[in-house]
Amino acid sequence: MSQKIATREAYGQTLLALGQENPNVVVLDADLSKSTKTYDFSQRYPERFFNMGVAEANMVATAAGLATAGKIPFCSTFAVFATGRAYDQVRNSVAYPHLNVKIAATHAGVTVGEDGGSHQSIEDIAIMRALPGFTIFVPADARETEAAIRAAAAIVGPVYIRLGRSGVPVIHDQNFKFTPGKAIQLQTGDDVTIIATGIMVAAALEAAGVLSKAGIKARVLDMHTIKPLDVVAIVAAARETGAVVTAEEHSIIGGLGSAVAEVLGEHQPVPLQRVGVPDLFGESGKPAELLEHFGLTANAITSAVQAVVARKQ
Amino acid sequence: MHSDKLQQLQTQAKVIRRHIISMLGASGSGHPGGSLSAADIVTALYFEVMKINPNEPKWSERDRFVLSKGHAAPVLYAALAEKGYFDVAWLMTLRKLGSKLQGHPDMQKLPGVEMSTGSLGQGLSVANGMALAGKIDHKDYQVYVLLGDGEIQEGQVWEATMAAAHYKLDNVTAFLDHNGLQIDGCTKEVMSPEPVAEKWRAFGWQVLEIDGHDLAQIVQAVDQAKQTSGKPTMIVAKTVKGQGVSYMQGQVGWHGKAPDAEQVEQALRELA
Repeated sequence: MSQKIATREAYGQTLLALGQENPNVVVLDADLSKSTKTYDFSQRYPERFFNMGVAEANMVATAAGLATAGKIPFCSTFAVFATGRAYDQVRNSVAYPHLNVKIAATHAGVTVGEDGGSHQSIEDIAIMRALPGFTIFVPADARETEAAIRAAAAIVGPVYIRLGRSGVPVIHDQNFKFTPGKAIQLQTGDDVTIIATGIMVAAALEAAGVLSKAGIKARVLDMHTIKPLDVVAIVAAARETGAVVTAEEHSIIGGLGSAVAEVLGEHQPVPLQRVGVPDLFGESGKPAELLEHFGLTANAITSAVQAVVARKQ
Repeated sequence: MHSDKLQQLQTQAKVIRRHIISMLGASGSGHPGGSLSAADIVTALYFEVMKINPNEPKWSERDRFVLSKGHAAPVLYAALAEKGYFDVAWLMTLRKLGSKLQGHPDMQKLPGVEMSTGSLGQGLSVANGMALAGKIDHKDYQVYVLLGDGEIQEGQVWEATMAAAHYKLDNVTAFLDHNGLQIDGCTKEVMSPEPVAEKWRAFGWQVLEIDGHDLAQIVQAVDQAKQTSGKPTMIVAKTVKGQGVSYMQGQVGWHGKAPDAEQVEQALRELA
Protein backbone atom coordinates (compact mmCIF):
# COMPACT_ATOMS: atom_id res chain seq x y z
CA MET A 1 0.00 0.00 0.00
CA SER A 2 3.02 2.29 0.11
CA GLN A 3 3.15 3.19 -3.56
CA LYS A 4 0.85 6.07 -4.55
CA ILE A 5 -0.19 6.64 -8.16
CA ALA A 6 -2.84 9.04 -9.43
CA THR A 7 -5.58 7.35 -11.41
CA ARG A 8 -5.05 9.90 -14.21
CA GLU A 9 -1.47 8.60 -14.56
CA ALA A 10 -2.73 5.06 -15.00
CA TYR A 11 -5.23 6.36 -17.56
CA GLY A 12 -2.48 7.93 -19.65
CA GLN A 13 -0.43 4.72 -19.58
CA THR A 14 -3.42 2.56 -20.49
CA LEU A 15 -4.27 4.84 -23.41
CA LEU A 16 -0.79 4.28 -24.81
CA ALA A 17 -1.31 0.54 -24.72
CA LEU A 18 -4.80 0.78 -26.21
CA GLY A 19 -3.47 3.02 -28.95
CA GLN A 20 -1.16 0.25 -30.03
CA GLU A 21 -3.70 -2.51 -29.68
CA ASN A 22 -6.65 -0.84 -31.36
CA PRO A 23 -6.26 1.53 -34.32
CA ASN A 24 -9.81 2.80 -33.79
CA VAL A 25 -8.94 4.37 -30.44
CA VAL A 26 -8.71 8.16 -30.82
CA VAL A 27 -8.22 10.77 -28.12
CA LEU A 28 -9.54 14.31 -27.76
CA ASP A 29 -8.51 16.86 -25.20
CA ALA A 30 -9.36 20.47 -24.45
CA ASP A 31 -6.00 22.10 -23.77
CA LEU A 32 -5.33 20.04 -20.65
CA SER A 33 -3.43 17.09 -22.10
CA LYS A 34 -0.52 17.39 -19.70
CA SER A 35 -2.91 17.41 -16.75
CA THR A 36 -5.29 14.73 -17.98
CA LYS A 37 -2.28 12.65 -19.09
CA THR A 38 -3.38 12.24 -22.69
CA TYR A 39 -0.16 13.99 -23.70
CA ASP A 40 1.89 10.81 -24.15
CA PHE A 41 -0.76 9.46 -26.51
CA SER A 42 -0.65 12.72 -28.47
CA GLN A 43 3.07 12.29 -28.97
CA ARG A 44 2.95 8.60 -29.85
CA TYR A 45 -0.14 8.75 -32.09
CA PRO A 46 -0.45 12.35 -33.33
CA GLU A 47 -2.71 11.34 -36.23
CA ARG A 48 -5.24 10.00 -33.74
CA PHE A 49 -5.09 12.81 -31.21
CA PHE A 50 -7.11 16.01 -31.49
CA ASN A 51 -6.51 18.97 -29.26
CA MET A 52 -9.76 20.91 -29.49
CA GLY A 53 -8.55 23.93 -27.55
CA VAL A 54 -10.54 25.40 -24.70
CA ALA A 55 -13.85 24.29 -26.18
CA GLU A 56 -15.28 21.34 -24.28
CA ALA A 57 -18.73 21.42 -25.87
CA ASN A 58 -17.23 21.18 -29.34
CA MET A 59 -14.87 18.43 -28.18
CA VAL A 60 -17.66 16.18 -26.94
CA ALA A 61 -19.86 16.61 -30.03
CA THR A 62 -16.85 16.09 -32.31
CA ALA A 63 -16.19 12.84 -30.45
CA ALA A 64 -19.79 11.88 -31.17
CA GLY A 65 -19.18 12.39 -34.89
CA LEU A 66 -16.02 10.26 -34.73
CA ALA A 67 -17.99 7.53 -32.98
CA THR A 68 -20.62 7.44 -35.75
CA ALA A 69 -17.79 6.53 -38.13
CA GLY A 70 -16.52 3.60 -36.06
CA LYS A 71 -13.89 5.32 -33.94
CA ILE A 72 -13.61 4.81 -30.19
CA PRO A 73 -13.03 8.33 -28.91
CA PHE A 74 -11.75 9.02 -25.42
CA CYS A 75 -12.51 12.62 -24.43
CA SER A 76 -10.60 14.14 -21.57
CA THR A 77 -10.86 17.27 -19.54
CA PHE A 78 -11.52 18.04 -15.88
CA ALA A 79 -14.69 16.41 -14.52
CA VAL A 80 -16.24 19.77 -13.72
CA PHE A 81 -16.05 20.77 -17.40
CA ALA A 82 -16.85 17.37 -18.90
CA THR A 83 -20.13 17.09 -17.03
CA GLY A 84 -20.88 20.78 -16.52
CA ARG A 85 -19.66 22.86 -19.42
CA ALA A 86 -20.38 20.12 -21.95
CA TYR A 87 -23.45 18.64 -20.29
CA ASP A 88 -25.85 19.28 -23.15
CA GLN A 89 -23.45 17.73 -25.65
CA VAL A 90 -22.97 14.72 -23.38
CA ARG A 91 -26.73 14.41 -23.06
CA ASN A 92 -27.93 15.09 -26.57
CA SER A 93 -25.01 14.11 -28.80
CA VAL A 94 -23.65 11.16 -26.79
CA ALA A 95 -26.20 9.67 -24.39
CA TYR A 96 -29.38 10.23 -26.41
CA PRO A 97 -28.00 8.57 -29.58
CA HIS A 98 -26.12 6.06 -27.37
CA LEU A 99 -22.84 6.68 -29.18
CA ASN A 100 -19.59 4.90 -28.41
CA VAL A 101 -17.90 7.83 -26.68
CA LYS A 102 -15.77 7.52 -23.55
CA ILE A 103 -15.64 10.52 -21.26
CA ALA A 104 -12.49 10.09 -19.16
CA ALA A 105 -12.74 12.97 -16.73
CA THR A 106 -9.84 13.77 -14.44
CA HIS A 107 -9.49 16.07 -11.44
CA ALA A 108 -12.77 14.90 -9.94
CA GLY A 109 -13.63 15.71 -6.35
CA VAL A 110 -11.99 17.95 -3.78
CA THR A 111 -8.52 16.43 -4.22
CA VAL A 112 -8.08 18.87 -7.11
CA GLY A 113 -6.83 20.90 -4.19
CA GLU A 114 -5.55 24.45 -4.54
CA ASP A 115 -7.57 25.38 -7.65
CA GLY A 116 -10.59 25.57 -5.40
CA GLY A 117 -14.32 25.04 -5.60
CA SER A 118 -14.77 26.26 -9.20
CA HIS A 119 -12.70 23.29 -10.32
CA GLN A 120 -13.77 20.65 -7.81
CA SER A 121 -16.51 18.49 -9.24
CA ILE A 122 -18.65 17.17 -6.42
CA GLU A 123 -21.81 16.57 -8.46
CA ASP A 124 -20.62 14.77 -11.61
CA ILE A 125 -21.73 11.29 -10.54
CA ALA A 126 -25.20 12.65 -9.76
CA ILE A 127 -25.42 14.23 -13.21
CA MET A 128 -24.09 11.26 -15.14
CA ARG A 129 -26.14 8.73 -13.18
CA ALA A 130 -29.35 10.31 -14.45
CA LEU A 131 -28.46 9.79 -18.12
CA PRO A 132 -29.97 6.61 -19.59
CA GLY A 133 -27.47 4.16 -21.07
CA PHE A 134 -24.27 5.53 -19.57
CA THR A 135 -21.88 3.20 -17.79
CA ILE A 136 -20.05 4.91 -14.90
CA PHE A 137 -16.73 3.72 -13.52
CA VAL A 138 -15.00 5.24 -10.50
CA PRO A 139 -11.73 3.35 -10.11
CA ALA A 140 -10.04 3.16 -6.72
CA ASP A 141 -6.42 2.81 -7.77
CA ALA A 142 -4.05 2.57 -10.72
CA ARG A 143 -4.72 -1.11 -11.41
CA GLU A 144 -8.45 -0.66 -11.31
CA THR A 145 -8.10 2.33 -13.61
CA GLU A 146 -6.33 0.27 -16.21
CA ALA A 147 -9.04 -2.37 -15.97
CA ALA A 148 -11.81 0.23 -16.17
CA ILE A 149 -10.30 1.97 -19.19
CA ARG A 150 -9.90 -1.36 -20.96
CA ALA A 151 -13.46 -2.30 -20.08
CA ALA A 152 -14.66 1.08 -21.34
CA ALA A 153 -12.96 0.53 -24.68
CA ALA A 154 -14.60 -2.88 -24.98
CA ILE A 155 -18.12 -1.67 -24.14
CA VAL A 156 -20.12 -0.47 -27.15
CA GLY A 157 -21.82 2.64 -25.80
CA PRO A 158 -21.16 5.71 -23.71
CA VAL A 159 -18.93 5.37 -20.64
CA TYR A 160 -17.97 7.92 -18.00
CA ILE A 161 -14.74 7.24 -16.11
CA ARG A 162 -14.09 9.39 -13.04
CA LEU A 163 -10.41 9.96 -12.35
CA GLY A 164 -8.42 11.91 -9.80
CA ARG A 165 -5.54 14.31 -9.69
CA SER A 166 -3.75 13.16 -6.56
CA GLY A 167 -1.77 10.01 -5.88
CA VAL A 168 -3.71 7.19 -4.26
CA PRO A 169 -2.45 3.90 -2.77
CA VAL A 170 -2.49 0.80 -4.94
CA ILE A 171 -4.92 -1.51 -3.13
CA HIS A 172 -5.52 -4.23 -5.70
CA ASP A 173 -3.00 -6.95 -6.44
CA GLN A 174 -2.03 -7.82 -9.98
CA ASN A 175 -4.46 -10.71 -10.22
CA PHE A 176 -7.60 -8.90 -9.07
CA LYS A 177 -10.65 -9.42 -11.22
CA PHE A 178 -12.58 -6.45 -12.59
CA THR A 179 -16.06 -7.13 -13.90
CA PRO A 180 -18.16 -4.11 -14.88
CA GLY A 181 -21.20 -3.88 -12.65
CA LYS A 182 -19.85 -6.29 -10.01
CA ALA A 183 -18.63 -4.93 -6.71
CA ILE A 184 -15.37 -6.33 -5.38
CA GLN A 185 -15.48 -7.59 -1.81
CA LEU A 186 -12.15 -6.59 -0.30
CA GLN A 187 -12.84 -7.70 3.21
CA THR A 188 -15.36 -10.05 4.78
CA GLY A 189 -17.41 -9.07 7.80
CA ASP A 190 -20.86 -9.54 9.32
CA ASP A 191 -21.40 -6.50 11.55
CA VAL A 192 -21.63 -3.75 8.98
CA THR A 193 -20.80 -3.09 5.33
CA ILE A 194 -18.75 -0.21 4.07
CA ILE A 195 -19.50 0.47 0.41
CA ALA A 196 -16.88 2.78 -1.03
CA THR A 197 -15.92 4.10 -4.42
CA GLY A 198 -12.86 5.80 -5.90
CA ILE A 199 -10.23 7.11 -3.56
CA MET A 200 -12.45 6.36 -0.55
CA VAL A 201 -11.92 2.62 -0.96
CA ALA A 202 -8.46 2.92 0.59
CA ALA A 203 -9.93 4.92 3.47
CA ALA A 204 -12.62 2.27 3.91
CA LEU A 205 -9.99 -0.45 4.23
CA GLU A 206 -8.11 1.61 6.77
CA ALA A 207 -11.30 2.18 8.74
CA ALA A 208 -12.11 -1.53 8.65
CA GLY A 209 -8.71 -2.27 10.16
CA VAL A 210 -9.32 0.12 13.04
CA LEU A 211 -12.85 -1.20 13.58
CA SER A 212 -11.61 -4.77 13.62
CA LYS A 213 -9.45 -3.98 16.63
CA ALA A 214 -12.53 -2.55 18.33
CA GLY A 215 -14.39 -5.78 17.65
CA ILE A 216 -16.50 -4.63 14.72
CA LYS A 217 -16.12 -6.81 11.65
CA ALA A 218 -16.80 -4.66 8.60
CA ARG A 219 -17.39 -6.01 5.12
CA VAL A 220 -15.78 -3.72 2.55
CA LEU A 221 -17.13 -3.43 -0.97
CA ASP A 222 -15.29 -1.60 -3.73
CA MET A 223 -18.15 -0.22 -5.83
CA HIS A 224 -16.10 0.69 -8.90
CA THR A 225 -19.18 0.69 -11.13
CA ILE A 226 -21.84 3.19 -10.14
CA LYS A 227 -23.98 2.32 -13.13
CA PRO A 228 -25.14 -0.33 -13.66
CA LEU A 229 -25.11 -0.66 -9.88
CA ASP A 230 -24.50 -4.04 -8.25
CA VAL A 231 -27.90 -4.28 -6.58
CA VAL A 232 -27.37 -7.94 -5.68
CA ALA A 233 -24.22 -7.22 -3.66
CA ILE A 234 -25.84 -4.27 -1.88
CA VAL A 235 -28.97 -6.20 -0.90
CA ALA A 236 -26.91 -9.19 0.25
CA ALA A 237 -24.67 -6.92 2.31
CA ALA A 238 -27.64 -5.25 3.95
CA ARG A 239 -29.32 -8.56 4.69
CA GLU A 240 -26.19 -10.23 6.04
CA THR A 241 -24.65 -7.33 7.98
CA GLY A 242 -27.70 -5.24 8.89
CA ALA A 243 -26.12 -1.80 8.45
CA VAL A 244 -24.40 0.11 5.68
CA VAL A 245 -22.01 3.04 5.41
CA THR A 246 -21.21 4.56 2.02
CA ALA A 247 -18.05 6.55 1.30
CA GLU A 248 -17.33 8.71 -1.73
CA GLU A 249 -15.41 11.83 -2.70
CA HIS A 250 -18.61 13.38 -4.03
CA SER A 251 -21.65 15.17 -2.72
CA ILE A 252 -23.84 13.02 -0.49
CA ILE A 253 -26.62 14.13 -2.85
CA GLY A 254 -27.01 12.04 -5.99
CA GLY A 255 -23.87 9.93 -5.83
CA LEU A 256 -23.03 6.49 -4.47
CA GLY A 257 -24.75 7.18 -1.12
CA SER A 258 -27.98 8.15 -2.83
CA ALA A 259 -27.80 5.20 -5.20
CA VAL A 260 -27.32 2.78 -2.30
CA ALA A 261 -30.12 4.47 -0.32
CA GLU A 262 -32.46 3.93 -3.27
CA VAL A 263 -31.62 0.22 -3.34
CA LEU A 264 -31.90 -0.24 0.42
CA GLY A 265 -35.17 1.70 0.57
CA GLU A 266 -36.78 -0.51 -2.03
CA HIS A 267 -35.24 -3.89 -1.23
CA GLN A 268 -33.73 -4.17 2.22
CA PRO A 269 -34.17 -1.20 4.56
CA VAL A 270 -31.35 -1.08 7.13
CA PRO A 271 -29.62 1.78 8.97
CA LEU A 272 -27.47 3.77 6.52
CA GLN A 273 -24.96 6.54 6.96
CA ARG A 274 -23.41 8.41 4.03
CA VAL A 275 -19.85 9.70 4.15
CA GLY A 276 -19.27 12.26 1.43
CA VAL A 277 -19.05 15.96 0.76
CA PRO A 278 -21.89 17.68 2.59
CA ASP A 279 -24.20 19.92 0.52
CA LEU A 280 -21.42 22.46 -0.04
CA PHE A 281 -18.95 23.52 -2.74
CA GLY A 282 -15.27 22.82 -2.28
CA GLU A 283 -12.54 25.35 -1.64
CA SER A 284 -8.79 25.86 -1.97
CA GLY A 285 -6.38 23.88 0.11
CA LYS A 286 -4.05 20.92 -0.04
CA PRO A 287 -5.82 17.69 -1.04
CA ALA A 288 -5.16 16.04 2.35
CA GLU A 289 -6.39 19.14 4.19
CA LEU A 290 -9.56 19.19 2.11
CA LEU A 291 -10.26 15.51 2.72
CA GLU A 292 -9.94 16.20 6.45
CA HIS A 293 -12.01 19.39 6.19
CA PHE A 294 -14.90 17.68 4.44
CA GLY A 295 -14.76 14.53 6.54
CA LEU A 296 -13.55 12.20 3.79
CA THR A 297 -11.24 10.13 5.98
CA ALA A 298 -10.90 6.74 7.57
CA ASN A 299 -11.76 8.41 10.88
CA ALA A 300 -15.00 9.78 9.48
CA ILE A 301 -15.90 6.34 8.15
CA THR A 302 -15.09 4.76 11.51
CA SER A 303 -17.39 7.22 13.28
CA ALA A 304 -20.14 6.64 10.74
CA VAL A 305 -19.83 2.89 11.24
CA GLN A 306 -20.10 3.22 15.00
CA ALA A 307 -23.18 5.40 14.63
CA VAL A 308 -24.86 3.08 12.19
CA VAL A 309 -24.05 -0.05 14.20
CA ALA A 310 -25.60 1.60 17.25
CA ARG A 311 -28.81 2.02 15.26
CA LYS A 312 -29.02 -1.69 14.45
CA GLN A 313 -31.91 -3.46 16.15
CA MET B 1 -26.94 21.15 -65.39
CA HIS B 2 -29.22 19.85 -68.16
CA SER B 3 -32.62 21.48 -68.17
CA ASP B 4 -34.41 18.15 -67.91
CA LYS B 5 -32.32 17.23 -64.88
CA LEU B 6 -33.09 20.59 -63.35
CA GLN B 7 -36.76 20.14 -64.02
CA GLN B 8 -36.64 16.70 -62.44
CA LEU B 9 -35.07 18.15 -59.29
CA GLN B 10 -37.61 20.96 -59.18
CA THR B 11 -40.42 18.42 -59.39
CA GLN B 12 -38.76 16.40 -56.63
CA ALA B 13 -38.49 19.47 -54.42
CA LYS B 14 -42.18 20.07 -54.90
CA VAL B 15 -42.94 16.49 -53.84
CA ILE B 16 -40.78 17.01 -50.75
CA ARG B 17 -42.69 20.18 -49.92
CA ARG B 18 -46.01 18.38 -50.35
CA HIS B 19 -44.86 15.68 -47.94
CA ILE B 20 -43.83 18.32 -45.41
CA ILE B 21 -47.28 19.90 -45.50
CA SER B 22 -49.11 16.57 -45.34
CA MET B 23 -46.97 15.28 -42.48
CA LEU B 24 -47.43 18.40 -40.41
CA GLY B 25 -51.13 18.42 -41.12
CA ALA B 26 -51.36 14.85 -39.88
CA SER B 27 -49.23 15.42 -36.80
CA GLY B 28 -50.88 18.67 -35.77
CA SER B 29 -47.54 20.10 -34.62
CA GLY B 30 -44.04 20.69 -35.97
CA HIS B 31 -41.97 23.20 -37.89
CA PRO B 32 -43.09 24.03 -41.44
CA GLY B 33 -41.27 27.33 -42.05
CA GLY B 34 -37.70 26.12 -41.71
CA SER B 35 -38.49 22.78 -43.35
CA LEU B 36 -39.77 24.52 -46.46
CA SER B 37 -36.88 26.98 -46.58
CA ALA B 38 -34.42 24.06 -46.60
CA ALA B 39 -36.36 21.90 -49.08
CA ASP B 40 -34.33 22.80 -52.16
CA ILE B 41 -30.97 22.34 -50.41
CA VAL B 42 -32.01 18.94 -49.05
CA THR B 43 -33.45 17.89 -52.41
CA ALA B 44 -30.25 18.83 -54.24
CA LEU B 45 -28.15 16.89 -51.72
CA TYR B 46 -30.22 13.70 -51.65
CA PHE B 47 -31.26 13.57 -55.31
CA GLU B 48 -28.17 14.88 -57.09
CA VAL B 49 -25.13 15.38 -54.92
CA MET B 50 -24.69 12.68 -52.31
CA LYS B 51 -23.12 9.27 -52.79
CA ILE B 52 -25.49 7.13 -50.73
CA ASN B 53 -27.16 3.75 -50.82
CA PRO B 54 -30.62 3.54 -49.22
CA ASN B 55 -30.37 -0.26 -49.22
CA GLU B 56 -27.24 -0.03 -47.13
CA PRO B 57 -27.72 2.99 -44.87
CA LYS B 58 -24.48 2.32 -42.94
CA TRP B 59 -22.28 1.84 -46.04
CA SER B 60 -18.87 3.04 -44.81
CA GLU B 61 -18.03 5.02 -47.96
CA ARG B 62 -21.28 7.01 -48.01
CA ASP B 63 -21.52 10.77 -47.90
CA ARG B 64 -23.05 12.04 -44.67
CA PHE B 65 -25.69 14.67 -44.02
CA VAL B 66 -26.22 16.17 -40.57
CA LEU B 67 -29.37 18.21 -40.03
CA SER B 68 -28.03 20.49 -37.34
CA LYS B 69 -31.28 22.46 -37.28
CA GLY B 70 -33.09 19.32 -36.17
CA HIS B 71 -36.50 20.96 -35.93
CA ALA B 72 -36.59 20.84 -39.75
CA ALA B 73 -36.94 17.06 -39.38
CA PRO B 74 -39.89 16.88 -41.81
CA VAL B 75 -37.74 17.89 -44.77
CA LEU B 76 -35.19 15.20 -43.91
CA TYR B 77 -37.87 12.55 -43.36
CA ALA B 78 -39.52 13.41 -46.68
CA ALA B 79 -36.21 13.10 -48.54
CA LEU B 80 -35.30 9.80 -46.85
CA ALA B 81 -38.72 8.32 -47.61
CA GLU B 82 -38.55 9.45 -51.24
CA LYS B 83 -35.07 7.92 -51.55
CA GLY B 84 -36.45 4.63 -50.26
CA TYR B 85 -34.86 4.41 -46.80
CA PHE B 86 -38.33 3.54 -45.48
CA ASP B 87 -41.95 3.40 -46.55
CA VAL B 88 -43.45 6.76 -47.51
CA ALA B 89 -46.49 5.79 -45.42
CA TRP B 90 -44.37 6.20 -42.29
CA LEU B 91 -44.39 9.95 -42.87
CA MET B 92 -47.94 10.16 -41.58
CA THR B 93 -46.81 8.83 -38.18
CA LEU B 94 -44.70 11.93 -37.50
CA ARG B 95 -44.59 12.89 -33.82
CA LYS B 96 -47.02 10.17 -32.78
CA LEU B 97 -46.41 7.80 -29.87
CA GLY B 98 -44.30 4.86 -30.99
CA SER B 99 -43.30 6.46 -34.30
CA LYS B 100 -39.79 6.18 -35.70
CA LEU B 101 -40.29 9.75 -36.89
CA GLN B 102 -39.63 11.64 -33.68
CA GLY B 103 -40.24 15.37 -33.34
CA HIS B 104 -36.51 15.79 -33.90
CA PRO B 105 -34.36 13.25 -35.80
CA ASP B 106 -33.37 10.14 -33.85
CA MET B 107 -30.61 8.05 -35.43
CA GLN B 108 -31.44 5.15 -33.15
CA LYS B 109 -34.94 4.87 -34.55
CA LEU B 110 -34.86 5.86 -38.20
CA PRO B 111 -32.62 4.46 -40.95
CA GLY B 112 -30.75 7.12 -42.90
CA VAL B 113 -30.59 9.62 -40.04
CA GLU B 114 -26.85 10.18 -39.53
CA MET B 115 -27.11 12.00 -36.21
CA SER B 116 -29.72 12.70 -33.58
CA THR B 117 -30.18 16.44 -33.43
CA GLY B 118 -32.55 18.92 -31.92
CA SER B 119 -30.56 20.78 -29.30
CA LEU B 120 -29.21 23.50 -31.57
CA GLY B 121 -25.59 24.27 -32.32
CA GLN B 122 -24.11 20.76 -32.20
CA GLY B 123 -24.32 19.51 -35.78
CA LEU B 124 -21.22 21.17 -37.15
CA SER B 125 -19.10 19.68 -34.38
CA VAL B 126 -20.53 16.25 -35.17
CA ALA B 127 -19.91 16.75 -38.89
CA ASN B 128 -16.30 17.66 -38.07
CA GLY B 129 -15.95 14.41 -36.15
CA MET B 130 -17.25 12.43 -39.11
CA ALA B 131 -14.85 14.32 -41.37
CA LEU B 132 -11.87 13.69 -39.06
CA ALA B 133 -12.68 9.98 -39.12
CA GLY B 134 -12.73 10.14 -42.92
CA LYS B 135 -9.29 11.76 -42.92
CA ILE B 136 -7.86 9.17 -40.51
CA ASP B 137 -9.20 6.34 -42.66
CA HIS B 138 -8.24 7.98 -45.97
CA LYS B 139 -11.81 7.76 -47.18
CA ASP B 140 -13.08 10.27 -49.68
CA TYR B 141 -16.64 10.70 -48.41
CA GLN B 142 -18.04 14.18 -47.98
CA VAL B 143 -19.86 15.48 -44.93
CA TYR B 144 -22.70 17.95 -45.41
CA VAL B 145 -24.33 19.85 -42.58
CA LEU B 146 -27.26 22.27 -42.55
CA LEU B 147 -27.43 25.06 -40.00
CA GLY B 148 -30.16 27.57 -39.31
CA ASP B 149 -29.39 31.27 -39.10
CA GLY B 150 -31.00 31.50 -35.67
CA GLU B 151 -29.03 28.43 -34.62
CA ILE B 152 -25.69 30.12 -35.26
CA GLN B 153 -26.32 32.30 -32.23
CA GLU B 154 -25.15 29.23 -30.27
CA GLY B 155 -21.51 29.69 -29.29
CA GLN B 156 -20.59 26.09 -30.03
CA VAL B 157 -21.13 26.77 -33.75
CA TRP B 158 -18.14 29.10 -33.64
CA GLU B 159 -16.02 26.63 -31.69
CA ALA B 160 -16.73 24.13 -34.44
CA THR B 161 -16.15 26.73 -37.16
CA MET B 162 -12.70 27.38 -35.70
CA ALA B 163 -11.93 23.67 -35.42
CA ALA B 164 -12.97 22.83 -38.99
CA ALA B 165 -10.58 25.43 -40.36
CA HIS B 166 -7.82 24.43 -37.91
CA TYR B 167 -8.00 20.81 -39.02
CA LYS B 168 -8.37 21.82 -42.69
CA LEU B 169 -11.56 19.82 -43.08
CA ASP B 170 -12.09 20.28 -46.81
CA ASN B 171 -14.43 17.29 -46.66
CA VAL B 172 -16.94 19.40 -44.71
CA THR B 173 -19.46 21.50 -46.60
CA ALA B 174 -21.90 23.48 -44.50
CA PHE B 175 -25.08 25.20 -45.61
CA LEU B 176 -26.55 28.16 -43.81
CA ASP B 177 -30.30 28.24 -44.33
CA HIS B 178 -30.35 32.02 -44.25
CA ASN B 179 -34.06 32.81 -44.05
CA GLY B 180 -33.62 35.67 -41.60
CA LEU B 181 -36.30 34.53 -39.17
CA GLN B 182 -36.34 32.75 -35.83
CA ILE B 183 -39.06 32.00 -33.29
CA ASP B 184 -39.12 35.43 -31.68
CA GLY B 185 -38.80 37.46 -34.90
CA CYS B 186 -36.14 38.61 -37.38
CA THR B 187 -32.68 37.31 -36.59
CA LYS B 188 -31.37 40.84 -37.07
CA GLU B 189 -33.66 42.07 -34.30
CA VAL B 190 -33.41 39.13 -31.91
CA MET B 191 -29.61 38.79 -32.02
CA SER B 192 -28.01 39.73 -35.29
CA PRO B 193 -25.60 37.14 -36.66
CA GLU B 194 -24.62 39.48 -39.50
CA PRO B 195 -22.46 39.75 -41.45
CA VAL B 196 -22.43 35.97 -41.75
CA ALA B 197 -20.28 35.52 -44.87
CA GLU B 198 -17.54 37.77 -43.51
CA LYS B 199 -17.54 35.87 -40.23
CA TRP B 200 -16.88 32.50 -41.88
CA ARG B 201 -14.27 34.02 -44.18
CA ALA B 202 -12.52 35.50 -41.16
CA PHE B 203 -12.44 32.01 -39.62
CA GLY B 204 -10.62 30.71 -42.70
CA TRP B 205 -13.46 29.08 -44.61
CA GLN B 206 -14.29 29.31 -48.27
CA VAL B 207 -17.65 31.09 -48.41
CA LEU B 208 -20.06 30.88 -51.33
CA GLU B 209 -23.23 32.94 -51.43
CA ILE B 210 -26.15 31.60 -53.42
CA ASP B 211 -29.90 31.64 -53.86
CA GLY B 212 -30.96 28.71 -51.67
CA HIS B 213 -33.99 28.02 -53.84
CA ASP B 214 -32.03 27.76 -57.10
CA LEU B 215 -31.23 24.07 -57.47
CA ALA B 216 -28.62 24.67 -60.17
CA GLN B 217 -26.79 27.15 -57.96
CA ILE B 218 -26.89 24.73 -55.02
CA VAL B 219 -25.38 21.89 -57.06
CA GLN B 220 -22.79 24.17 -58.60
CA ALA B 221 -21.74 25.50 -55.20
CA VAL B 222 -21.28 21.96 -53.89
CA ASP B 223 -19.12 21.15 -56.91
CA GLN B 224 -16.95 24.14 -56.13
CA ALA B 225 -16.72 23.09 -52.49
CA LYS B 226 -15.60 19.60 -53.49
CA GLN B 227 -12.85 21.02 -55.70
CA THR B 228 -11.48 23.16 -52.90
CA SER B 229 -8.76 21.65 -50.78
CA GLY B 230 -7.29 22.69 -47.45
CA LYS B 231 -10.35 24.45 -46.09
CA PRO B 232 -14.03 23.79 -45.36
CA THR B 233 -16.76 25.53 -47.32
CA MET B 234 -19.75 27.46 -46.04
CA ILE B 235 -22.54 27.93 -48.54
CA VAL B 236 -24.63 30.85 -47.38
CA ALA B 237 -27.97 30.09 -48.97
CA LYS B 238 -30.40 32.99 -49.06
CA THR B 239 -33.80 31.45 -48.48
CA VAL B 240 -37.38 32.35 -47.66
CA LYS B 241 -38.98 30.79 -44.62
CA GLY B 242 -42.08 28.87 -45.69
CA GLN B 243 -40.97 28.94 -49.36
CA GLY B 244 -43.59 27.51 -51.71
CA VAL B 245 -46.68 28.15 -49.60
CA SER B 246 -48.02 31.66 -50.11
CA TYR B 247 -49.46 32.23 -46.67
CA MET B 248 -46.34 30.91 -44.91
CA GLN B 249 -43.67 32.71 -46.91
CA GLY B 250 -41.68 35.14 -44.81
CA GLN B 251 -44.09 34.71 -41.90
CA VAL B 252 -42.38 34.16 -38.56
CA GLY B 253 -45.62 32.75 -37.14
CA TRP B 254 -45.12 29.61 -39.23
CA HIS B 255 -41.88 28.65 -37.51
CA GLY B 256 -43.43 26.05 -35.26
CA LYS B 257 -47.12 25.72 -36.04
CA ALA B 258 -48.89 23.07 -38.10
CA PRO B 259 -51.43 23.99 -40.77
CA ASP B 260 -55.06 22.99 -40.22
CA ALA B 261 -57.00 20.88 -42.73
CA GLU B 262 -58.09 23.81 -44.84
CA GLN B 263 -54.60 25.30 -44.85
CA VAL B 264 -53.15 21.92 -45.82
CA GLU B 265 -55.53 21.77 -48.76
CA GLN B 266 -54.60 25.25 -49.94
CA ALA B 267 -50.87 24.55 -49.59
CA LEU B 268 -51.15 21.31 -51.54
CA ARG B 269 -53.07 23.13 -54.30
CA GLU B 270 -50.27 25.68 -54.52
CA LEU B 271 -47.67 22.92 -54.64
CA ALA B 272 -49.51 20.85 -57.24
